[in-house]
Amino acid sequence: MSPLLEVSGLTVRLPVGHQPKPVLSDVSLTIAAGEALGLVGESGSGKSMTARAVARLLPPGAQVEGDIRYAGTDLRALRGQQLRELRTRVAVVFQDPRAHVNPVRRIGDFLTEALRLTGRVSRREATDRAVRALDEVAVADGRRLLDRYPHQLSGGMLQRVMIAAALLTEPRLLLADEPTTALDVTTQAEVMAIIDGLRRQRGLSLLFITHDLDLAAAVCDRTAVMYAGRIVETRPSALLHGHPLHPYTAALGAARPSVTTRVDRLATIPGRPLSAFEVPDGCAFAARCVYAQDPCRTHRPELASVDEGEVACLRAEDLRETLAVTHG
Amino acid sequence: MAGYLARRAAMLLVTLLVSSFLVFTGVTLAPGDPLATLSGNRSLPPETVAVLRERYHLDDPFLVRYVAWLGDAVRGDLGVSIAQRQDVSDLIASRAGTTAALVLYASAIVVAAGVGFGLLAALRPGIVDSMVVAGTAAAVAVPPFIAAIVLIAVFAVALDWFPAFGTGSGLLGQIRHLTLPAFALAAASTAAVARVTRTAVREELGREHVQTAVSRGISYPAVVRRHALRNAAVPIATLAGMSTASMIALAAVVERVFGLNGLGAYLVNAALSKDIAVVQGICLVLVTAFVLVNTLGDVVAAALDPRITLGRRA
Amino acid sequence: MSAIGTAVRPGAGPGTRWRGRLGPLGVVAAAIVVAAIVLAILGPTLTPHDPNASDLSRAFAPPEAGHPLGYDGQGRDLLSRLLAGARTSLIGPLAVVALAVTAGTAVAVAAVWAGGWVDSLVSAVLEVVFAFPGVLLAMLVAALFGAGLQAAVLALSVAYLPYTARLLRSAALTEREKPYIRALEVQGASGMTICLRHLVPNLAPLIAVQATLFFGYAMVDLAIISFFGLGVRPPSPDWGVMIAGGQSGVLQGYPAESLLAGACIVVLVVAVNILGERLGGTGATGGRGGRLRWPRRWGARS
Repeated sequence: MSPLLEVSGLTVRLPVGHQPKPVLSDVSLTIAAGEALGLVGESGSGKSMTARAVARLLPPGAQVEGDIRYAGTDLRALRGQQLRELRTRVAVVFQDPRAHVNPVRRIGDFLTEALRLTGRVSRREATDRAVRALDEVAVADGRRLLDRYPHQLSGGMLQRVMIAAALLTEPRLLLADEPTTALDVTTQAEVMAIIDGLRRQRGLSLLFITHDLDLAAAVCDRTAVMYAGRIVETRPSALLHGHPLHPYTAALGAARPSVTTRVDRLATIPGRPLSAFEVPDGCAFAARCVYAQDPCRTHRPELASVDEGEVACLRAEDLRETLAVTHG
Repeated sequence: MAGYLARRAAMLLVTLLVSSFLVFTGVTLAPGDPLATLSGNRSLPPETVAVLRERYHLDDPFLVRYVAWLGDAVRGDLGVSIAQRQDVSDLIASRAGTTAALVLYASAIVVAAGVGFGLLAALRPGIVDSMVVAGTAAAVAVPPFIAAIVLIAVFAVALDWFPAFGTGSGLLGQIRHLTLPAFALAAASTAAVARVTRTAVREELGREHVQTAVSRGISYPAVVRRHALRNAAVPIATLAGMSTASMIALAAVVERVFGLNGLGAYLVNAALSKDIAVVQGICLVLVTAFVLVNTLGDVVAAALDPRITLGRRA
Repeated sequence: MSAIGTAVRPGAGPGTRWRGRLGPLGVVAAAIVVAAIVLAILGPTLTPHDPNASDLSRAFAPPEAGHPLGYDGQGRDLLSRLLAGARTSLIGPLAVVALAVTAGTAVAVAAVWAGGWVDSLVSAVLEVVFAFPGVLLAMLVAALFGAGLQAAVLALSVAYLPYTARLLRSAALTEREKPYIRALEVQGASGMTICLRHLVPNLAPLIAVQATLFFGYAMVDLAIISFFGLGVRPPSPDWGVMIAGGQSGVLQGYPAESLLAGACIVVLVVAVNILGERLGGTGATGGRGGRLRWPRRWGARS
């Protein structure tokens, strides 16, 4: 069966000053129908840019190479009405609901807008469906919410509204761009549970973007790790989490404080994350990698198939045992 | 919203009270006998003097006089014109229509052309945008009486498309006669509104909520209309209200240049001939209109932005 | 004004400092303003002919040798009248700005320093007086006190006072809360000393921007009042008076007098506004009393 979303060789350059600089290089990933893929990385690693490329929301002036296919159709060739139709099938949940919901329009208008303007649904039916959708994201008494304005709602409530709005056009693929980062900790768990539940219940495909490796592992079937605009490792979540094959994945895992083991000092990754356009000839992570050897600094590793997944590290086989141990 | 409206209404009343006090006190502050001021230093027969003394309660203390005058004014009695020997209210009523039509016409131009050009510039970067920006930068600096002279020189004298003088007869004739005055009055404000529209629409188009709308498959015209322009309407309404209010005061200039028989032109004549009751009456009417329009602009802006009524941006 | 110059990047030479801040357009604007000031001082002595000498046979005559701009409707030399008019046209707005900004600063600083109910009362009064349009007040005053430049200047100063005072009050309020003011208070400096030697100097950049802005408004409003015949009285040469005087010429197809005088006003107002905008480092001039962003603070205390 062909995957629902298939991205191959995606390279994106953005104009910085006069020179277009790459922010994504050769990104490839697939999501099958009903599958959840986590996309993990530090700020600036290109994970949000990947989602934007898929949703066709790149800033003006962006140069795109490579192939993005949704259910077999070439996304990059879509124009006008076809593109708008696609957008009702691929829904996006953004990071900051406060900024991403129009502050001067009512919640009801926000929820029903897409249905009424694209689906030729009557106001009454759109409203009924909006109330049902609110019910699905665990908002009781949704009808009362419809007349409210965004500033009258809490961040968590607003994010549920955003999720409900995304579901209203009955999409098959959900792009969730750090949907819980802007929320406080207790709300994060609730919102995450709602997304996870709805996905399973509706058989949605999910591209889940986060900087939290544990969260991705908990929610997603497979997880891809990005560094400096490239994917460095993609494997089933459980394997990737328990037995990372890329030193960066391992470092990400170790950088998160564990509740079960006490450590004297929290682990950090030395150095700072690179942007795609700063990357030297060799492996992008070499400068910060404790296992880097001379070839790492001159040869760029390609993604190679291993253990039900792919990893881009010259020393992946050598380090298999080492990483498993240090990470444990 | 109700609380906000009540607060605005109270402010409006106080403002009007203070303005009327200012208008009234002037007569007392003026050097010399109030009677002399009111009569514009004309020599009057004794019976007229007696009528004036009675009418303006000149034998009563200051505050009593003010209250009596204000009471009369509220009931529509603004005194008698010394020069014309007629009730000021009647004189004002016969001229108010011209001024109102002029200001309405001009504010229609301000909103339609201002928003139109601003939107055009915001949505068409490049040559169109640059032309609008340059044109409005020039126009915004041209005060109405200079705009009036330029319009007359070009459209009335050189091209002879529109009349340069008078009020005209019939609806079409009146509109034709009001066209150049209205454009002269509107020019600078139109440019200001166009600039604000351009900036505000650009700013809104760059916001995240617009991205959300695009990502949901809403068509571009609908995104512009329902999100960018809708949100930009808040600053546009504020500025349009302020512009219309200021045009009420500036209408005098245009009326005088174009020989229109409006309140402003009458006010200038009355000021020149020291017909104090008329000056007071027209000032009171114009200030009231000015304050009302300003308040209306604020209320419209508040109605457009739900956050204002909660005091977040008030 | 030179004090503002010191606010810019230290290290750059004085010349580049100014040009860097003003930009090419700002330099042109500054040149125009300086030229206008020179004209206002020297104008009446520079006139090639007597600005009031009338030769009716030359009414509306086109430019000729010795009369580069031609004649007005009463056969007076246009260039001479424009030059002579510069003085009255500039003195009026300068006086308005000086009065309105000085009084506005005094009211604002006094209100903020006194605080409490005094401040609330002043704010409330300003809010209300805010409503009286300057031109209207000037007409009222002219009717009551007699027409003339002085009455018009006084009326406009009163009308502008709330605008300047309101803006400066909010700026003074921010400044008053700053630690250095508190520190001076603790050291026992008197309120007067702190206000005059510290608070007002730190407000100076804002005051300068305000002054340039209101100069533009005052110039236009005074021209309007003179245009009505309620300000400068003809035959004194003044740009506003010239616009009014040239009106009959416009209808007869000789718009030179009105248009030249109008152009002088517009060019000078635009130049002053650009200068104010550049000095303040902001383009925010959204109408009268529009918001002005707080310009960079200068002086030793930042």
